[in-house]
Amino acid sequence: MNSLRKQRLQVVVLIIMAGIAASGLIIYMLGQNANYFYTPSQIAKGEAPQGVFLRAGGMVVEGSLLRDPNSLAVEFKVTDGNAVLIIQHTGILPDLFDEGEAAIAAGKVDQNLVLQATEVLAKHDENYMPPEVAESMSEAYLNKRKTEGGSR
Amino acid sequence: MTVELGHAALIMALCLAIIQAVVPMIGSFSGHTSWMRLGHSMAVGQFVFVALSFACLATAFVQDDFSVAYVANNSNTLLPLHFKLSAVWGAHEGSLLLWSLILSGWSTAVALCSGKLPLVLSARVLSVLGAISVGFALFLLFTSNPFDRVLPIPPLEGSDLNPLLQDFGLIVHPPMLYMGYVGFSVPFAFAIAALIGGQFDSAWARWSRPWINVAWVFLTIGISLGSWWAYYELGWGGWWFWDPVENASFMPWLAGTALMHSISASEKRGVFRSWTLLLAILTFSLSLLGTFLVRSGVLTSVHAFASDPERGIFILAFLGIVVGGSLLLFALRGPTMRSVTTYSGWSRETMLLINNVLLVSSMAMILIGTLYPLLADVLGMGKISVGPPYFNFFFVPLMSGLMVCLGFAGFTRWKNTEGRALLKKGVLPSIISLVLALVLPIFMMDKLTWSNYSLTAVITLLLVLWVVTMSLEDLWLKSRGKLSSLSSLSGSYWGMLIAHIGLAVCALGVGLSTAYDAQKDLRMVPGDTTELGGYQFQFVDVKRIEGPNFIAYRGNVEVRSGGEFVVSLSPEKRNYKSGGQVMTEADIDGQLHRDLYVSLGEPLGDQAWAIRFQVKPFVRCIWLGSLLIGLGGLLAAFDKRYRRRRLQKSVNSSSEGLAFE
Repeated sequence: MNSLRKQRLQVVVLIIMAGIAASGLIIYMLGQNANYFYTPSQIAKGEAPQGVFLRAGGMVVEGSLLRDPNSLAVEFKVTDGNAVLIIQHTGILPDLFDEGEAAIAAGKVDQNLVLQATEVLAKHDENYMPPEVAESMSEAYLNKRKTEGGSR
Repeated sequence: MTVELGHAALIMALCLAIIQAVVPMIGSFSGHTSWMRLGHSMAVGQFVFVALSFACLATAFVQDDFSVAYVANNSNTLLPLHFKLSAVWGAHEGSLLLWSLILSGWSTAVALCSGKLPLVLSARVLSVLGAISVGFALFLLFTSNPFDRVLPIPPLEGSDLNPLLQDFGLIVHPPMLYMGYVGFSVPFAFAIAALIGGQFDSAWARWSRPWINVAWVFLTIGISLGSWWAYYELGWGGWWFWDPVENASFMPWLAGTALMHSISASEKRGVFRSWTLLLAILTFSLSLLGTFLVRSGVLTSVHAFASDPERGIFILAFLGIVVGGSLLLFALRGPTMRSVTTYSGWSRETMLLINNVLLVSSMAMILIGTLYPLLADVLGMGKISVGPPYFNFFFVPLMSGLMVCLGFAGFTRWKNTEGRALLKKGVLPSIISLVLALVLPIFMMDKLTWSNYSLTAVITLLLVLWVVTMSLEDLWLKSRGKLSSLSSLSGSYWGMLIAHIGLAVCALGVGLSTAYDAQKDLRMVPGDTTELGGYQFQFVDVKRIEGPNFIAYRGNVEVRSGGEFVVSLSPEKRNYKSGGQVMTEADIDGQLHRDLYVSLGEPLGDQAWAIRFQVKPFVRCIWLGSLLIGLGGLLAAFDKRYRRRRLQKSVNSSSEGLAFE
C-alpha cells in the first residue's frame, strides 16, 4: 500500500468512525428527549412511566378548574371519555384554555397518577383540536358531544 | 369579474411557464437561437400574468368579496385595509400564489440580468425555473385555487384573519422568507444547467454567487423577522422554539450558508466543485421540503394528511421529482467535475471545509429531529415530540466550534497557510477575550457569590470577543492602521467582516439573554409590587378599552429602578369580535442592553390578574446581529468586482463555455 492510499484509508476510516459516533449520539439524544403522548386512560391503567417527562391531554372537564386563591397554582381534569386525569400546574394558562375544550399538558406523572405539568398548551385557534387529543377521544365521548349539540 | 380575470391570468401564466420550460431547453440542444431566447420573454410575460392574478386576489380582499371562499375565510369587513392586503398571503392558497409571484419575479430578474451569460446557459437556467413554475401553478390550480367561489349563497360576513397574524410582522415576514426560499431556485437552476451542459468553471460560480447571496440575505431577514414576531406577538417572550415550522426555514439557511462559503472556494480555486453543486440542489430541496412541511398539514397530523392527501401527495411527488431528478443528474454528471487544484495545511480551503462540515452537520441533526416524530407516527411508534434539549445539545457545540474557526477567517490564505503564523495572530485576541470574558460577568452580578457567576455568560463572551477581536485585528492589519486605506478594501471583505461580527452580536444576544433571563409569573391585585432583575414593577390597574375590531383589557404597570421611574407599560388582553379569539398583547420596553417585558395573563376574580414579568438582558442583540449578518451578505452580493469581472469575462466567456468539454 503506498502512502497516498494509506492516507486515504485513514481518512475513510476516520469518517466512518465519526459517522457511527454521531449517529449513536443522535439516536441516544432522540431517545432521551422524545416526549411521548399518553391518554388519560393509559395513565389511569398505569401504562405511563412515572417521573418521566411526557405529554398528556384530552378535553378539560366542565367545572373541574380549581385555582389557589393566593398563587397561580391551578388544578383541572382532562378526559378522553373513558378515564379522567388530574393535572396540576403553577403558572399562567394559555389564552385559549377553557373548560370543555381540548388541552395538552407536558410534565411528569407522580405516584398518585397526577400529572405535574410544567407547561399547558391549548389549541391555536377556534377550529383546531390537537391531533393527539382528537385521535385519543373515545367514540362514545364524541357521540355524546354531538348529541349534546356541541358546535364541533 | 375580477376573480375570474385572476383565475384566467393564472391559467395563462401556467401556459407561458410550460413554454418557458420546454422550448428554450430544446433550443439549447438543437442550437436554435430564437428558441433559446424565447425563455426570456416568457419569464417576463409569466411575471406579468401572475402579478395580475395576485392583484385580482388583492382586489377581492379590498372589496370584501366574500363569495370567494379564501376571502371569506381570512378577511372581514372590520379588518383594517393594510391587514386586508396582508391577508392575501395569510393562509395556504394565497401564500402559494405569493410563492409563484416571487418565483416568476426571480425568473424575470434572471432573464433581465442574463445579458452577459452565454445564451445556452441562461436558456437552460430559465427553462429549469419555468419547470418549477409549472409545478407550482399546477399545484395552485388543481389543489389550492384561491379563486374558488362559495356558491350559490355567499356569506354576508367573513370569518376573521387569525388575530395572531394581524400584525406588521406578518405583512413583512412571509414575503421575506419566500424571497429567500424561492431565491434559492436560481442557484438550483444554475446547478442543473451546469450539470446538463457539463460546464462548471469559475465563471459559472461567479455568475451564481450574487444570486445566492441575495437569496440568502432575504432568508436571513425573513427568519429573524419570524423570530422577532414570535417574541413580541405570541406574547410570552420566547424567540426560538425549535418548532418544526421554524426548523423548516432554518435548514435551508444553514445549507445556504454552507453553499455561499463553498462556492467562494469553487470560484477562486476550483475546489469543492461537485460539493457546491450538491449543496445548491440540497438548499433548494430543503426550501421545498419546508414548504411541504408547513403547507401539507403533515405537521398537524400524519393522519390528517392521509385522510386529505391531495395537497400533500402533490407536494411530495413534486419534491420527489425535483430531488430525485436532480440527484440522478448529479450522479450521472457530478463525478466528471473534478477539482483542478490541491490545497494543504491550514489554508482557507481547509477552513471552508470545516465550516461546511459543521453547518451541514447542524442541518442534518435538525432534519433528523424534525422528521423523527413524523416517521415514528407513520411507523406506529406512538406520538412523539422532540424537545429543545435535543437540538440545543448538538447545535450549541457545533456553532461554538464554528465561531472558534470563524475567528481565523480573515487571516487564512488560499492554497496554504502556515499553522504557526495563524496561532501567532490569535495570541493577543485570545488573551483579551479570555480576560474580558472572565471579568465582565462580575459586573452583571447583583451579589458577589459563585452561584451568580454565570458560566454560560463566560463561554458566550469568550466566543463573541474572540470573533470580534480577531476580525478587528485582521481589519487593522489589512488597512495597515490607516483610516485612508479602509475605503480601498473590497465590498466582499467588508461583507464578510460585518456578517461575522453580526453572528457574534447575535450569539451575544442568545447567550446573555439565556444566562441572565429573569422571569416571574404572579397573581397581582392593583397596587401590588414585585422586584425582578433590579427593577420594581407596580401593577396599577386594568381598564377596558375598545379597538377597531376587538375589545381589550389594558393593564397599567409602572416600572422603577432604585426608586426612579423608568417606564409605564400597558400589556393588553384582546378579545376579537368576530371569532371571539383571545390574544395576549405584551408590552415591551426595549433597550440595547435589556428588554422589560410584561404580559397580561388571565383575570383571576376579585380584580386579581395573572401577570408575567420578564427582564431579558441583551435580547435585542439577537435581531440586531441578524440584521448585520444580512447587511454583510448584501455588501458581498453587490461587490463591484462581480460587475467588473463579468464585463471582462463576457468577452471570452462565450468561447470558454463552448470549449469546456
